[in-house]
Amino acid sequence: MADGDMPRKFLLSQSRNGLLAWSSQVRMAEVFGWSLADVEAEALAAGLLPARYARNRSTFSIDDQLRFCRARVGVIGCGGIGGHVVEGLARLGVGTIVAIDPDCFDESNLNRQLFATIAMLGKEKVEAAGQRVSAVNPAINVVPCRQRLTRENGATLLEGCAVAVDALDSIAARMELADVCDTLGIPMVHGAIAGWYGQVSVRFPGEATLDHLYGRGDGAGEQTRLGNPSFTPMAAAACEIAEVCKILTGQGRPLRERVLMLDLHEATFDEIGFSSEES
Amino acid sequence: MPEENAIKVTVKLFASFRRDRFREALQSRPQGTRIADVVSDLGIEPTDVGMIFVRGLHAQPEQMLRDGDTLALFPRLGGG
Repeated sequence: MADGDMPRKFLLSQSRNGLLAWSSQVRMAEVFGWSLADVEAEALAAGLLPARYARNRSTFSIDDQLRFCRARVGVIGCGGIGGHVVEGLARLGVGTIVAIDPDCFDESNLNRQLFATIAMLGKEKVEAAGQRVSAVNPAINVVPCRQRLTRENGATLLEGCAVAVDALDSIAARMELADVCDTLGIPMVHGAIAGWYGQVSVRFPGEATLDHLYGRGDGAGEQTRLGNPSFTPMAAAACEIAEVCKILTGQGRPLRERVLMLDLHEATFDEIGFSSEES
Repeated sequence: MPEENAIKVTVKLFASFRRDRFREALQSRPQGTRIADVVSDLGIEPTDVGMIFVRGLHAQPEQMLRDGDTLALFPRLGGG
């Protein structure tokens, strides 16, 4: 038997019912001197599912899970929406998450931001994101970028990303992100919230989605009046994560040339279709 | 306003625009009414308006409304 077969033999010997227990992943990393990320990728490539993903099994195939594992996804903003997006992508098994946010936590973040805890006040949001993910799954690589994404640095920060998730808190910053996504030729999953309300859409390169959504107004947005409670960012993040899943796996029907308007006050979800061409 | 000079317009509001207003209303308006006039009468700041649809197509604030039009107004949501 060639030495190259050893890891796979080891993996197969450790698996039960197609699942690989976490303790076996750790053991494998120790025995072969591999990273936990390498073990997860090798297991999936061998058709074995790390046991943590057992409840994903009816929703995503092993091939889908391997696509997640090999994917690099950018999350721009690690606050209300972004914290939940990072958590959701990590638990889904997205292998590399580029977490971008220039800010540190303050007390007003505690009402809604997943990684905001008393202990983290004053600490970097991207650092908190990395700590949280490594506590959930050390096989997931979080790349923390404590800076504001701009038209100038965006293409470098998001290099290699299959998709960019908009979890920003400003309309102007979203316009910059859209331009960066055009440069890189990648889709942007858009989400925004204010009070009880949210909107989610998917913008493919060159599409005028955001120009339509934000029109000609130059107001900062309703959130400056309405604030953001705990539940709206969760709802928007959940919808955005589902869109990332669809983009990465080719499953389902993406929210392209449509926007989903979430009205949690009236408890209605409205789907609004539009042409993404310039009007 | 004289009947022959009036048009009927269905106005649909979304998200925060619904608060203290309505979800949908049939309004009688004078001929020549522009979208911006409806926005102003609703007490909505023009700068707060994002997407505007008339009969399901993107429209601009200065566009004139016609009898039977459905106008949909969406606020700019920018939080995250």
